[in-house]
Amino acid sequence: MTVESTAARGTTRSSGKRTAAKTPAKKAPAKRKAAQPTAPAAPAQPELVQLLTPEGERVEHPDYAIDLSPDELRGLYRDMVLTRRFDAEATSLQRQGELGLWASLLGQEAAQIGSGRALRDDDYVFPTYREHGVAWCRGVDPANLLGMFRGVNNGGWDPNSNNFHLYTIVIGSQTLHATGYAMGVSKDGADSAVVAYFGDGASSQGDVAEAFTFAAVYNAPVVFFCQNNQWAISEPTEKQSRVPIYQRAAGYGFPGVRVDGNDVLAVLAVTRAALEHARSGQGPMLVEAFTYRMGAHTTSDDPTRYRTDGERAAWEAKDPIQRLRAYLEAEGLADEAFFAGLEEESEELGRGVREKIRTMPDPDTMAIFENAYADGHALIDEERAQFAEYLASFADDPADSAAERGN
Amino acid sequence: MAAAKSSGQLPIAKAINESLRSALEADPKVLVMGEDVGKLGGVFRVTDGLQKDFGEDRVIDTPLAESGIIGTAIGLALRGYRPVAEIQFDGFVFPAYDQIVTQLAKMHARALGKVRLPVVIRIPYGGGIGAVEHHSESPEALFAHVAGLKCVSPSNASDAYWMMRQAIESDDPVIFFEPKRRYWDKAAVDTSAIPAPLHRARVAREGGDLTLAAYGPMVKTCLEAAAAAEEEGRSLEVVDLRSISPIDFDTVQRSVEKTGRLVIVHEAPVFLGAGAEIAARITERSFYHLEAPVLRVGGFHAPYPPARLEEEYLPGLDRVLDAVDRALAY
Ligand SMILES: Cc1ncc(C[n+]2csc(CCOP(=O)(O)OP(=O)(O)O)c2C)c(N)n1
Ligand SMILES: [Mg+2]
Repeated sequence: MTVESTAARGTTRSSGKRTAAKTPAKKAPAKRKAAQPTAPAAPAQPELVQLLTPEGERVEHPDYAIDLSPDELRGLYRDMVLTRRFDAEATSLQRQGELGLWASLLGQEAAQIGSGRALRDDDYVFPTYREHGVAWCRGVDPANLLGMFRGVNNGGWDPNSNNFHLYTIVIGSQTLHATGYAMGVSKDGADSAVVAYFGDGASSQGDVAEAFTFAAVYNAPVVFFCQNNQWAISEPTEKQSRVPIYQRAAGYGFPGVRVDGNDVLAVLAVTRAALEHARSGQGPMLVEAFTYRMGAHTTSDDPTRYRTDGERAAWEAKDPIQRLRAYLEAEGLADEAFFAGLEEESEELGRGVREKIRTMPDPDTMAIFENAYADGHALIDEERAQFAEYLASFADDPADSAAERGN
Repeated sequence: MAAAKSSGQLPIAKAINESLRSALEADPKVLVMGEDVGKLGGVFRVTDGLQKDFGEDRVIDTPLAESGIIGTAIGLALRGYRPVAEIQFDGFVFPAYDQIVTQLAKMHARALGKVRLPVVIRIPYGGGIGAVEHHSESPEALFAHVAGLKCVSPSNASDAYWMMRQAIESDDPVIFFEPKRRYWDKAAVDTSAIPAPLHRARVAREGGDLTLAAYGPMVKTCLEAAAAAEEEGRSLEVVDLRSISPIDFDTVQRSVEKTGRLVIVHEAPVFLGAGAEIAARITERSFYHLEAPVLRVGGFHAPYPPARLEEEYLPGLDRVLDAVDRALAY
């Protein structure tokens, strides 16, 4: 679990007429153009923990070992397949108008299942808005995740029932909540750990920098789990950081590691180690899962405006599910019956989700006034009463209904 | 790169785009910056094509950090630039609130007028687009309350075009609230006209029985309400405030002294909102002309609701006409 030394980025664009800030590399040239979205990555590749190659071959790593039973391996495969299926179902429900929006996790299944399955029940998760696979591992009913995307609530589940906090849309905020929660865990003398999920884009937010600072200073048992899916909407990671994200941890005084985010075994092994690090009183750790957002940012986004098909194709060859399947098949760890059974289970999951969403009731209008305060508030009481009276006035006069005037 | 033809019909989003384009052409110190404003052209395409035509040095994709965007815009302004910074959605301006309130708003005063901060902050705001939370907020009062900032909000394409040019030309920081649900509403834009002053209100429809005052997205709602009221034999005047700080109280006062009644409409919560300030001022100025108390229609003192409830939460025709009925009942 060594902290990598800062690797120099080698990318320059000679055609640039304007200089950019010096890179943090020690022997950075005096003038260089900021890396462009299309520029290739640094030639000196940072280390990447991998236990399963894209072709499905098991490889060893000196710091991270894993030994899973065939059952466990099939379990990880099943989790990823079902998560992908749920996600695809949600995307099509959005197309059909059942959801207002959906943020797909396509391509990030290994990063989420690998980290999610490393958790203990008493650990606590602070997700972004894309952690559907982690939610699955926590036992959150997938249909619960759809409520806020359908627009019936702004979260809608009890965070404490699965130790899975509400989705957070304001980028980076939850990393501080995770840190504070972890500070509480250690004050309580418990040995639980906390995981803060965030994205490559989020790594630029002040809140995330402050979370790193607090976690380090208080030695909080929190794992910062960054899914570097290469994009923050239309901006590539180069627009956020001039060093690999995991290397930032060094500046705060805790270890950082980059793991192949499409390798579920490596993610599981690395997250387990990071959680153990936190649990055993060694403080925070940063895990950067190097992965790829295969789909659009959300269903509102059009990625053809800013990235090429070629890039997607290159990542398709590193698909997290394909590579585990290749391994299972090559080792004879799963037979046709297993895959066929799983296919059926996927269908069933899809059907169940469709059914649930189509019968999901709209909230009552007066829910607008509910839960704004724990102890109530006189103004809300007054406004609630006025609004109820206003709504009732339409009931008296059907000819003058809201429908007629077009509320 | 030609500006819009005179009197062309443009949607608001495109009018702002044309306005930014003409400002970038007119003054090399003008910069456009924000998340996804470059290659993508912004999530609403308001900056579409600008990076292609003006380059990455002038139309800048920033890191995902709002405090960083506004803090560096301040630095750029100190160095003589005129940054137009985009905040992607209303709910995401708050990481930058500290920079806006403690630095941007006060620096000119602290330097005894020796420095100017010609920063424009564009914020697509308001609800009605069926979005998830933090994408439908109306936080204008939180900024209008701060001395040193100016706040404006156009209601139509022509104002969007001209008010953006004027905001960029202003030597004061201007928060430019863009009515996102109206981005696609088209209107004629005369790019050769002589625009009204930035902070001057406009009578958008004349009437004699009651004044509706609104800005941004609610102007259209008020105009529709006035049309509906006309069928019921009521003549409503609609004042488009255009500016929320400063507010053109003179125009509102003139209208109210003619009609005797005032209803103010905004999406933002009524509690301590712009309407409260207008009600107080007009009551002070025109007490003996008022035939009824000044009424307000707006959001409740509750978080902006999930999309499936926003139709009920947002002031619509019925809620405006209900207030009109109540005011006319006095
Ligand atoms: C404070 C804030 N600013 C802007 C946004 C708009 N926004 C939503 S997602 C996103 C990109 C996030 O990128 P990243 O952190 O890499 O996560 P990813 O979406 O790739 O999972 C942006 C800019 C936001 N939600 N919150
Ligand atoms: Mg990302």
